[in-house]
Amino acid sequence: MIGAAMKRIVSIKELESLRERIRATRDPGRLRITICGDTGCRASGSIELAGALEKELTRRGLNNSVDLRISGCPGFCQKGPVMTVQPLRIFYRQVGRLDRQQDINDIIETTVIAREPVQRLLYEDPETGEKITDIKEIPLYRKQTRIVLKNTGEIDPDSIEEYIAADGYAALAKVLVTDPEEVIDWIKRSGLRGRGGAGFPTGLKWQFCREAKDRSMRYIICNADEGDPGAFMDRAVMEGDPQSVLEGMIIGAYAISRGICPAEGYIYVRAEYPMAVKTLRKAVEQARSYGFLGENILGTGFNFDIKVKEGAGAFVCGEETALMASIEGKRGMPRTRPPFPAQSGLWGKPTNINNVETWANVPRIINGGPDWYAAIGTEKSKGTKVFSLAGRIRNGGLIEVPMGTTLREIVFDIGGGVPGGKKIKAVQTGGPSGGCIPAELLDLPVDYERLAEAGSIMGSGGLIVMDEDTCMVDITRYFLEFTKSESCGKCNPCRLGIRQMHRILEDICAGRGKPGDIELLAELAGVIKKGSLCGLGQTAPNPVLTTIKYYRREYKEHILNGFCPAGRCQGLFRCEIDPALCKGCGICIKTCPAGAIAGEKKQAHVIDPEKCTGCGACYEKCTLHAVRKVRPTKIRSLETIQDSVPDSRLGLVR
Amino acid sequence: MDKLQEILARYEKCRSSLIPIVQEAQEAFGYIPREVLLKVAKHLCLPPATAYAVATFYAQFHFTPQGRHKVRVCQGTACHVCGGKSIMDAVQQELGVSPGENTPDYRFRLERVACVGSCSLAPVVVVDDKIHGAMTAAKVKELIRFPGGGKMEREAKSGKMKRRTKRTLG
Repeated sequence: MIGAAMKRIVSIKELESLRERIRATRDPGRLRITICGDTGCRASGSIELAGALEKELTRRGLNNSVDLRISGCPGFCQKGPVMTVQPLRIFYRQVGRLDRQQDINDIIETTVIAREPVQRLLYEDPETGEKITDIKEIPLYRKQTRIVLKNTGEIDPDSIEEYIAADGYAALAKVLVTDPEEVIDWIKRSGLRGRGGAGFPTGLKWQFCREAKDRSMRYIICNADEGDPGAFMDRAVMEGDPQSVLEGMIIGAYAISRGICPAEGYIYVRAEYPMAVKTLRKAVEQARSYGFLGENILGTGFNFDIKVKEGAGAFVCGEETALMASIEGKRGMPRTRPPFPAQSGLWGKPTNINNVETWANVPRIINGGPDWYAAIGTEKSKGTKVFSLAGRIRNGGLIEVPMGTTLREIVFDIGGGVPGGKKIKAVQTGGPSGGCIPAELLDLPVDYERLAEAGSIMGSGGLIVMDEDTCMVDITRYFLEFTKSESCGKCNPCRLGIRQMHRILEDICAGRGKPGDIELLAELAGVIKKGSLCGLGQTAPNPVLTTIKYYRREYKEHILNGFCPAGRCQGLFRCEIDPALCKGCGICIKTCPAGAIAGEKKQAHVIDPEKCTGCGACYEKCTLHAVRKVRPTKIRSLETIQDSVPDSRLGLVR
Repeated sequence: MDKLQEILARYEKCRSSLIPIVQEAQEAFGYIPREVLLKVAKHLCLPPATAYAVATFYAQFHFTPQGRHKVRVCQGTACHVCGGKSIMDAVQQELGVSPGENTPDYRFRLERVACVGSCSLAPVVVVDDKIHGAMTAAKVKELIRFPGGGKMEREAKSGKMKRRTKRTLG
């Protein structure tokens, strides 16, 4: 490696010659095996796989003819561990899941020596059964536009040289010889908006911070406190391509502070992401030793350094003012705005704070040009968005699509639809601050405005697919349970209101709902939205409002009939055995904790409705699907409730 | 307390060092004993109440000893949709404790987490920082019986499981 004898790069010319040198040492015909080392694949055993493969290659004396490396997430987490072999363009999934040694032997004999794919390990199209060799041909990848994720899963995140070879720091070199105002103008022209959820135009934010009156210091912060349950895009970017984030931040610091005052950077990472912290710390160290951080960057006289700060487990710290309080060593509680961070942020100095994905977009925009970037996406939302696709979906993982792609394309064309022949019920975007978008609205193009119209938000990019077995009241209760425990307690409507809403929803899920509960929920939601300081309180009622709007019937079934149509809320359904399907195996008799099931061996069993508690244990256990969830016998009248809350009161626009 | 002095020496004497110091102290002691927090406060010239207020705000910090094996059951959205609650129920049943509690022998500590970012593998359980995906009630019970995984897991697969199970459950 050139890295061992590396000295600080002192000029832009030197950077270019280093890039040439790194590229020249590469043999394009040499076999490169890349194994995903991201948290997902790691959990499926990818690190052990890499170790075993290396050992076997060494044993056979082949270790010098193959480059083996561990990369970030290529996106196909559900089928991990995944492996790519270049330049043969082969993609293997679930390597070593069944028999690691056999898979390794086959890969070495067939792929490394004979340069042919191992058929057994290739991805199989679930529709056609066709084997697909090239990763780019897999449905999950075909419809994607990978800009932010360009390097994720391709390069070794721990090697700055691989990043440099992939055009890394070329954008910085370009920026360092440009007027800072012009750089801000590029970002403005590109139409980039904050990827953390709110969607504020990034260029404008930078300009506000640059023009702030206080000319003593500028702080540049990367918000990596990705707390939304169901979202892992930022983690994947930090673990797969950390240098992009750093380069974006250095460019931002230059544009905001050059010629005015010194600048300092912070990355605030969530404590639950130990891998990301480690990768980032290493990346910062490397960038410093190569001269991209520190004094006199690339010999241009510009100084900037970055510190990595670890969070301590508070969701509310994703809010910018709370995050800054946490860096200062205080309780992570939000404060009123204005003054906005651009005027008075960290330690009272002008501060610019952007999300991980926003920073990672910056070098791409500089390299490709603002006009190229502005041509992607919709009228008001430019570029691409990274989503983490999870829940009840066949091909979950990390995806990047142009803004304006419809939810249907994301769920069905990319994600392969819902498994097990179930019907899709809703898609949840924006985490606990977002809303549930019903299956009828799947043709909604995904951009900031359209999602807001549907009552949800873009959020940081978690996309959870729910099938017919998901109870919408229960999922709302779940979100409020989360926001209830994460509310910092500063604003009363948030602290007490969410608690009350959660209590009402718990009652509904337990069959203790009362007529009027829906109206009360809607009223509370309005108060909480208006009376909270920060994004947490202002958006926490969104799941309640969207589910009332789209699934009011389900609420009513719970409240009036004591019935959970999805069969999720315990006690709000009854199990029944289909005599035609039951073979009388007796498993359900053993499983039933209430002793409600009786029947002779090899004859259809019967559930005693009087004894049945509706726990659903027999439903889970029955392999023949003979147990069905049906309405409980006691039925209250549906007519007693009326639609007394107009949609306008829910604060939603249809 | 030497350990603490070593940690304190590594940080600048300012308020923003408070959280990182307490984090390292917890790493070193397993939890934050009262005396440690008081010493940290004194070192940073902060009133003890301020240090306490900050430390209690964040979910990461504990003020009582913790069980040796940390079992964290993810209750994120994806895990919830894929049956995370039944996993939690199974773990609670197996350990006999509620989230946030230790088993009486301090062998395990049970925690619920909001999301560990491995949503594609839902439902997920994290035992001692190792993530286990696609959990079922049966699998998670097994996992808790053999928290070390590795060798025992392999033995379990090769049929020696029954004997061990009996012995462990004794």
